[in-house]
Amino acid sequence: MLLRLMTLCLALLLPSLASAQTLDELVGQLPDGNYNDRAALVTRIAATGDPRAASVLDALLEGELEQRTADGRIVRVTGSRNNETAVDVLTGEELGTVARRSTESIRVNNSLRRQIRTALGVLTLRDPDPARRLAAAEAALRSPDADQLDPLTEALEAEQNSTIRTALERARAATLLGTDAPIDARLAAIITLADAPAMTVQSALNAHRADADPQIAAAVAAAIAAAERRQAVWSQAQNLWFGLSLGSVLLLAAIGLAITFGVMGVINLAHGELVMLGAYTTYAVQQVFRAYAPDMLGWSLAVAVPVAFLLVGAVGVAIERGIVRHLYGRPLETLLATWGVSLILQQLVRTLFGPTNREVGTPDWMSGAFQLGEMTVTWSRVSIVVFALFVFFGLLLLMRYSAFGLQMRAVTQNRPMAANLGIRTGYVDALTFGLGAGIAGLAGVALSQIDNVSPNLGQSYIIDSFLVVVFGGVGNLWGTFAAALSLGIANKFLEPWAGAVLGKILILIFIILFIQKRPRGLFPQRGRAAEG
Amino acid sequence: MKKLLLSTALCASFATGAFAQEGEPIRVGILHSLSGTMAISETTLRDAMLMLIEQQNEAGGLLGRPLEAVVVDPASDWPRFAELARELIAGDGVAAVFGCWTSVSRKSVLPVFEELNSILFYPVQYEGQESQRNVFYTGAAPNQQAIPAVDYLLAEGVERFYLAGTDYVYPRTTNQILEAYLLAQGVAQEDIIVNYTPFGHSDWQTIVAEIAAFGSTGRQAAVVSTINGDANVPFYNELAAQGISAEDIPVIAFSVGEEELAGIDTAPLVGHLAAWNYFMSVDTPENDAFIDAWHTYIGSDERVTNDPMEAHYIGFNMWVDAVEAAGTTDADAVIDALVGVAVPNLTGGLSSMGANHHITKPVLIGEIQDDGQFEVVWETSGLVLGDEWSDFLPESAPLISDWRAPLSCGNFNVETGTCGGSE
Repeated sequence: MLLRLMTLCLALLLPSLASAQTLDELVGQLPDGNYNDRAALVTRIAATGDPRAASVLDALLEGELEQRTADGRIVRVTGSRNNETAVDVLTGEELGTVARRSTESIRVNNSLRRQIRTALGVLTLRDPDPARRLAAAEAALRSPDADQLDPLTEALEAEQNSTIRTALERARAATLLGTDAPIDARLAAIITLADAPAMTVQSALNAHRADADPQIAAAVAAAIAAAERRQAVWSQAQNLWFGLSLGSVLLLAAIGLAITFGVMGVINLAHGELVMLGAYTTYAVQQVFRAYAPDMLGWSLAVAVPVAFLLVGAVGVAIERGIVRHLYGRPLETLLATWGVSLILQQLVRTLFGPTNREVGTPDWMSGAFQLGEMTVTWSRVSIVVFALFVFFGLLLLMRYSAFGLQMRAVTQNRPMAANLGIRTGYVDALTFGLGAGIAGLAGVALSQIDNVSPNLGQSYIIDSFLVVVFGGVGNLWGTFAAALSLGIANKFLEPWAGAVLGKILILIFIILFIQKRPRGLFPQRGRAAEG
Repeated sequence: MKKLLLSTALCASFATGAFAQEGEPIRVGILHSLSGTMAISETTLRDAMLMLIEQQNEAGGLLGRPLEAVVVDPASDWPRFAELARELIAGDGVAAVFGCWTSVSRKSVLPVFEELNSILFYPVQYEGQESQRNVFYTGAAPNQQAIPAVDYLLAEGVERFYLAGTDYVYPRTTNQILEAYLLAQGVAQEDIIVNYTPFGHSDWQTIVAEIAAFGSTGRQAAVVSTINGDANVPFYNELAAQGISAEDIPVIAFSVGEEELAGIDTAPLVGHLAAWNYFMSVDTPENDAFIDAWHTYIGSDERVTNDPMEAHYIGFNMWVDAVEAAGTTDADAVIDALVGVAVPNLTGGLSSMGANHHITKPVLIGEIQDDGQFEVVWETSGLVLGDEWSDFLPESAPLISDWRAPLSCGNFNVETGTCGGSE
């Protein structure tokens, strides 16, 4: 009897003995050993059930956990490089600022971070913040572990939010699949998972392809095959979207050139640098915002658009009045002169802003992505497509319905006649060039969101811009539109099987052949304007 | 007696200090692009060299003579590098040249240095497969960067590798070596994808989507990036935009340092990796002193330091030591004296010049932090000597380089016992 009582006692005691190590002791061991030792500690910290465990793991995940060399205390260090303050991670006691090299950071790497997230996931499945619950469910899906099953089931019962419910169901299914649950439950789990996005299906099911049970293996193979079929269809849609978004970038870059080169016939090799100036204007506007109104940073792009248009437009007018107007009718000299201008602008920016890239922030409403079927659509690309269409149609309306547009068309079609009718042709020339330059500046604002803001920015777009304008038909805005989008789409359909390098070469060869056949491009100018 | 000693010492220091500027200056060439596409990376190196030379002059110059920097601008134009190298050596009579960034610029100046017998210090990581008598390679060879990097990934449980690079000689050779190495480590051929993009590639949508699909098979995948220069910013932006985090698919880069990160918001990139031999965040007194001096010199404490700057720091100090040991700036004497010279690097060790004209360095793997700095997550236990001829490519496996007498050969074939490569 006594013996039985003792064994019972022992049995009761043992688990508590094993986990008897308190959070304090476990945290004290964190600095020792390698990443694997730390990973084991993370699991045990999560298992203590201590309410402080989540904040300790959080600090570790953020890389803010450090050990004081003087007394070995584990502290959470926050703040910038030269102004760091420490808080005792267990007691919450404020320890003031820390001197350089007085603490040793507890290193985390990617695989450890994954484990912390999984461990944290179990702790935060019932968190009041829905974003954290969703993150926890996704972490559980990414690394299924049999221990998670019960917390997942409980969380699922309590969950109200349908998005999180779906995520939890999938996480539970992925976990269940890895256990020795009855075959019906596992088959049901495969069916639950089969509806998920194809990439999730593959990452969750691939490991079970060779399951011991032939029924499971067959169901897994079928689910993966279905996912792959779905993905194949969607990848065509994805190529189309990528092509549209590349096309709209090309359109933005080329549309200003369609005015200066297309309408006026000026071979403007400084066009790329005007785009670059637009990008730097965006940077400068953001710097002003950062200095004077940091909370309004999201609006900086909206302000940068008119500023870039006016500023770069003014530079364009200056180039036209200063150089280009003396060289009308002499294309070779214009080419050399504008190339010289491009070099001057590049080096000017390099001297003013330095040779290194400048960081242009992306406003919150433009960052991130959403899932559309099997493809990821990023907000920055959507914004650029919309912006490009807006600029294009705005320009079209201006050309067709404004007095300035009418004068511009009149001057380019028949200069002497327009002059006789009292149009100040020189004035119109300057404004037209300024308009083209201003639109290049708008392109710069958009490109600052996806490319480097460096003095070299323009060079990478100048060739593409000329290609688009020539391919579309010089002097035809709709031609530029069609050319930009079709080149973008062709490029993106070629890239998956030809590679980026060969794809680019193929497009170039195609355009050369096309121009041989139709020298005036896709939509040639007809009538009197074409002879002018 | 003690007083006498002291005054002699004072006299001596007075002599070097005061009369340092007396002698004919020793000229040092700086051959870095200050305009054109490479200016983004190379301008900083010019500034770093000017700072090192200024420091050396403040410390009394070299051999009692002041140093004088001769700066030229090859404008990212490869043939111009060769012309200006000739001008520096033959025209200005420089004792040594510190310069070049791209491999093609180095290749274009090699014949000039050979013909006019001068010394070039090359500070950038490169593809190896070269050892030249007049060149001292202070950047990393593949075994000091690429191989340890994939070793780290393999240890982290990565099973699938996407090798993405810009289409030119450094990524192509490095990826060739890496592919051979990975296959030898038991990675299956279908788990390795190699992809090249043109210079300045800015539309990464397709490739990033491909990487996302490559990494969603349930087995850990990683990207090994030899993407060069400006193409990196749109690449990382696209990764961040499509929501690929370092925990899903880490990217380890060989050409992305503090300077390149200066143009990006690094918050979404935390955890992506880079392999270098130096990081600005390395916590040593030498590094603190170097960073402070740099900030004072450049007049801004926003500016970062990076790996090629450290390479110049090591190379310059090695050259100074070798000139002092040889007692002359004569190229032949200095080339002989350089082998075996050891100077402190900025990561707390002593780097030494090997007989193959490559140096020993630690290899560090760093993770990107949200402040644009790297945090070291792994490092080699000791220093690694650069291996000029890769052991993983069949054509270079039997080659060694030893510029000491009596061998004095940069491509000695140990199988045939002849100097002259594998042909």
